[in-house]
Amino acid sequence: MSIKSLNIFKRKQPKEQFQRSINRTVKGDIGIYIILALFGTLMVIPLVYAIGQSLKPLEEFWVFPPRLIPVNPTLKNFKDLFRRMGDSWVPFSRYIFNTVLISTVGTAGNVLFSSYAAYAISKIPFPGRGPLFKMIVYSLMFSSTVTGITMFIIMKNFGWIDTYLAVIVPAFCTTFGLYLMKQFMETSVTDAVLESARIEGASENKIFWKIAMPMVKPAWITLIIFAFKDLWNTGANMYIYSEQLKSFNYAISQLVTAGISLTGVSAAATVVMMIVPIVVFVITQSNIIQTMSTSGMKD
Amino acid sequence: MSKNSADTVIVRSGMTKIRWTLIQMKKYKVAYMMVAPFFILFFLFTVIPVVLSLLLSFTTFNLLEWPDFVFMDNYIRLFLDDEIFLIAIKNTLVFAVVTGPASYLISLFFAWFINELRPKIRAFVTLLFYAPSISGSVYLIWTVAFSSDQYGFANAWFMKLGIINKPVLWFQNEKYILPLIIVVALWTSLGTSFLTLIAGFQVVDRTLYEAGAVDGIKNRWQELWFITLPTMRPQLMLSAILAITASFGFGGIITALVGFPSPNYCAWTMMHHLEDYGGMRFEMGYASAIATILFLMMISCNLLVTKMLRKVGT
Repeated sequence: MSIKSLNIFKRKQPKEQFQRSINRTVKGDIGIYIILALFGTLMVIPLVYAIGQSLKPLEEFWVFPPRLIPVNPTLKNFKDLFRRMGDSWVPFSRYIFNTVLISTVGTAGNVLFSSYAAYAISKIPFPGRGPLFKMIVYSLMFSSTVTGITMFIIMKNFGWIDTYLAVIVPAFCTTFGLYLMKQFMETSVTDAVLESARIEGASENKIFWKIAMPMVKPAWITLIIFAFKDLWNTGANMYIYSEQLKSFNYAISQLVTAGISLTGVSAAATVVMMIVPIVVFVITQSNIIQTMSTSGMKD
Repeated sequence: MSKNSADTVIVRSGMTKIRWTLIQMKKYKVAYMMVAPFFILFFLFTVIPVVLSLLLSFTTFNLLEWPDFVFMDNYIRLFLDDEIFLIAIKNTLVFAVVTGPASYLISLFFAWFINELRPKIRAFVTLLFYAPSISGSVYLIWTVAFSSDQYGFANAWFMKLGIINKPVLWFQNEKYILPLIIVVALWTSLGTSFLTLIAGFQVVDRTLYEAGAVDGIKNRWQELWFITLPTMRPQLMLSAILAITASFGFGGIITALVGFPSPNYCAWTMMHHLEDYGGMRFEMGYASAIATILFLMMISCNLLVTKMLRKVGT
């Protein structure tokens, strides 16, 4: 694939204005709206059902046929959930602390390491950057399941089994993070600005912090969201045995699978877990879309 | 690297390639310091595990005894002596072949349709489709909806409508498990690859459409095939890679929905086999052989598909 065909990405896109495009028929538009409405409903029904379950009073669980949305919604399930959290053997505050610690430290390290590496690879012509990036692209082609066994052996040799390190440190080097940052830097940081900064004698480190990073704000916001979402959703981890070190998501999933008597409470727990990533996505959506628009694979 | 400035070209002449590289490396010392933290960890936690896994797959390593070199024994045992593994390979391929392309095409068409909407509505509809994949373990709601008693949503309504006359054990019956899991997997599969495509549609230059209309493009299908898809080929490729890699990794969802092991191994995938031998029996050599085969399957699928996608619109 030629590089020339991609200079479209270099052009600053004008603020998009919606207008009736060419080649569009009213009939086709209506068809699209119907399909989207239909499948959108199908996609959202399980989510509505989960929220409905979490708001149902006990007696409505045994109504036949079951209702999607409760008639007398109540917050009792959420109160029960928090009471139950207070009663658990390991206090829930500990699980929440674990998840917050893992998510923040892991995300911070990930953004820092990925951004530094992405800046060097995309903006400094050092020998070997091509092969390094090629390895990153190949590593996108398999999931971490493959390396699970040998990672366990490595962790064991480091003495990291059953410590926070086993979860946090591998999160520092997510290849997708580096990939996104590199693609975005390549198109959004203009070489001319960097050149003039270099001529004035600014160090690469200074250029990175003062020029490059502010220019790629959407990219690192996106990376923060993705990294945080992954770590937030960390459940049972094969390197962690101690109950005190386990994540909030793990504790919640224990409640969810605890049986039918807990249906309302477990639905409440699920809702608590899903609200956070959704709200964060809503706030940052435009940044994410902007970042993803440069993420294509252009080899 | 030196094509842009004339003086470096002059300096370079009369130097061996190695010497030139060394000088360049010295000049860009700071770059190596910048990539070092990431790549040291990357080697430690990605490259070395893959290589080590390949090496261990030729041994009898079990964490306790010094490993014996057995060459291809593990692989021979997998394919000739392990019926469950053959089931796992079959199920993994069925999942990958169904959910991979299906989720990719669903993502592509919905992204295309969503792109036709006004920006405000577009953001909202994107959220509707993307939400299931970011909501943690919300897919567990499917076990409640398809629970085996008459208070499960599916059972109750199918009984009321007279389609079935007694509750069905959805997640215990081999007949229903596979299709149900595929539905749940597809429901959660509109993730990062979907966002990549959404973004891809938005960067297509609108003037290309006007030019296309002049050149005789008549409807939105032609526009999609002749203009949009070739322009967003980079996004198509990344999205395909993400979708394919994900389609091999639904093991966690399967375990959560139908248990470990699934009834009669009907939803047993290579991931489960790997977990069984690596995480429970500690036959690390054997498990590494499974991991290596899974690795080769993922990489070759991805290379094949990206090779095909390079042809889009050419």
